[in-house]
Amino acid sequence: MRIFSVAWHWFGQPEQWTGSDGIPNRLLEHLYYTSLSLLIAAAVAIPLGLLIGHTNRGGFLVVNLSNAARALPTAGVLVLVVTLSGIGLLPVIVALVVLAIPSILVNTYAGVRQVPRETVDAARGMGMRGGQVLWQVETPLAMPLIMTGLRTAAIQIVSTATVAAYVGLGGLGRYIFDGLARRDYPALVGGAVIVVGLALGTEGAFVAVRSLIAKRTQGE
Amino acid sequence: MVRNMRGAVLTLLALFALAACGGNTDNPVDNSGKPADNGTVIVGSANFTENVLLAEIYAAALEAKGVKVERKLNIGSREVIYKQLESGGLSVLPEYNGALLSYLDKTNAAATTAEVNTALKGKLPAAVELLDSAKAEDKDSVTVTKETATKYNLKSIADLGPVAKDLVIGGPPEFKTRRQGIVGLKEVYGLEFKDFRSLDVAGPVTVSALKKGDIQAANLFSTDPALEVNDFVALDDPKALFGAQNVTPIVNKAVGEKARTVLNSIAPKLDTATLTQLMRKVSVDKQDPDKVAKEWLKSVGLA
Repeated sequence: MRIFSVAWHWFGQPEQWTGSDGIPNRLLEHLYYTSLSLLIAAAVAIPLGLLIGHTNRGGFLVVNLSNAARALPTAGVLVLVVTLSGIGLLPVIVALVVLAIPSILVNTYAGVRQVPRETVDAARGMGMRGGQVLWQVETPLAMPLIMTGLRTAAIQIVSTATVAAYVGLGGLGRYIFDGLARRDYPALVGGAVIVVGLALGTEGAFVAVRSLIAKRTQGE
Repeated sequence: MVRNMRGAVLTLLALFALAACGGNTDNPVDNSGKPADNGTVIVGSANFTENVLLAEIYAAALEAKGVKVERKLNIGSREVIYKQLESGGLSVLPEYNGALLSYLDKTNAAATTAEVNTALKGKLPAAVELLDSAKAEDKDSVTVTKETATKYNLKSIADLGPVAKDLVIGGPPEFKTRRQGIVGLKEVYGLEFKDFRSLDVAGPVTVSALKKGDIQAANLFSTDPALEVNDFVALDDPKALFGAQNVTPIVNKAVGEKARTVLNSIAPKLDTATLTQLMRKVSVDKQDPDKVAKEWLKSVGLA
C-alpha cells in the first residue's frame, strides 16, 4: 500500500498541475495520440470490414492476417518506424494504428457475417440493392459488434500510448519512463494510476454510449 | 456492465483512501536485501549494450575459474541497480568510476582516474568496494553530426556556447537531471539548449533522431561504434565535466577473495580500443555478447 501513499502525495504537489510536464498537459497529449490513432484505425478497418463482410470475399485471409498482426510487438513496430523516419508523431501513430486495426476489423467483419441469411435475403426480396442492404440492414445489425471492436481497440490504445514517451514525445508515458530512469517512483506510480483510470474511463464511456443507443432503439 | 464499472471505480477510490493513511518511504518497489546463496556471484548490469557486454566478460571470466555465477543483466539505469548492489541483491556491477562518483557526490570535481578513485573510496558505503580500474574509458559525450560540426565550427563542448540556444539535445531521461548531463552543461559550460528530448540510452532511437536531424546534439558513449558508422563527432570536453570514466568493477563486500582476484586480472587487458572493437562485434556485426566475451577472454589467456 506504500506505493499508493507515495503516489497520493505526488498528486498533491502543485507543480504536478501546471506547465508542460503537468498532469493536464500530459493527459491532453495522451488523449490526442489516442483519439488520432483510434480515428485512423477506424477509418481503415470499419470500411474494410464492412466490405469483406458484405462481399464475403477475402474474409479468411484478412481475419488471419489481422490475428497474426496482433502478435506484432508495439515497441518493435515503433522502433522500426523510428529508424526509417526519425522521431516524431508518425512512428507512434503507426504503431498504435497497427495495434488497433485487428480488433476493429475482425469484429466488424464478424458483425456483418452474423446477420442472418434470411434477413439479407428478405431485404433483397424487397428489391434492395447491394449498397442498400449493406447500409440499411447489415451495418445497423453489426453495430453492437463494431462498437465492441472499437472499445477493445480504444482501451488497448489508451494503455499502450505510453510508449510515445520512449521516442521522446509526451503523454502519460513520460511519467513512467522518466520515473523509472530517475528512480522517481512516486511519478512512476502516479503516471500508471492515471493510465489505469483513463482506461477505466474509456470503458465507462463506451458502456454509456451503448446503453444510450440501446435506450433510443427500444424507444422507437 | 454499468454496475461493474461503478464497483471498479469505488474499489479504486477505496484503495486510495487506505493508501493515503499509509507510511511514507522513498522506495516502494524495492524488495531486495536477500544476499546471494553461499558462493554464488550475481553479476548485474545496466540497460545498455556495453554494460551488458562488460558484465558478460566478468561473468565468463569468473566461470572460467570455477566461480558459480548468476547473471542478471540489462536491468535499468544506475539509479536502479546501484541500490541493489548495496543491499546484496547483486554482487558485481561493471561501473564507470567518474559517473559513479558524480552519482554519489554531485559536487565532486575530481577529474583524473587516480583522483576519482580516491574520492570514490571515501564515498562508497561500507557494503560496496571498488576493484581495479581498467584503462578502457567510456565517456558520456555530447555528439553532433559531421555537418553540424562543420556548420558551426564545433570542436569542443565549449564551442556550443553561441549556438546551443538553437539546438535540441537528446539523451536518456536521466540525462536531464544528472550533473553529468544538462545540469553540468549549464553549470560548467554555461550552455542552455533550446530543448531536451527524452530518448533511449544511446540506442537506435537516439542515433536515428540525430541522423535525421530531429535533434542536433545527442548524449552518446565514446566507445559507441555508431559514431564511426554514421560520421558523428564526439565533442571534446576541455573542462572535464564528464571526467575520467574508467571501466571498474564494484562489488558487494560479501564477494570472496577468489572472485576479486579474477575480476582484477581483467583490468590490465582492457583498453578503450579493445572495448570499442568488442562493441563493434556486438552492435554492428550482431554477435552475442556472451560469445564475444568468451572469445576475447580466450585470446588474452583469461579463459
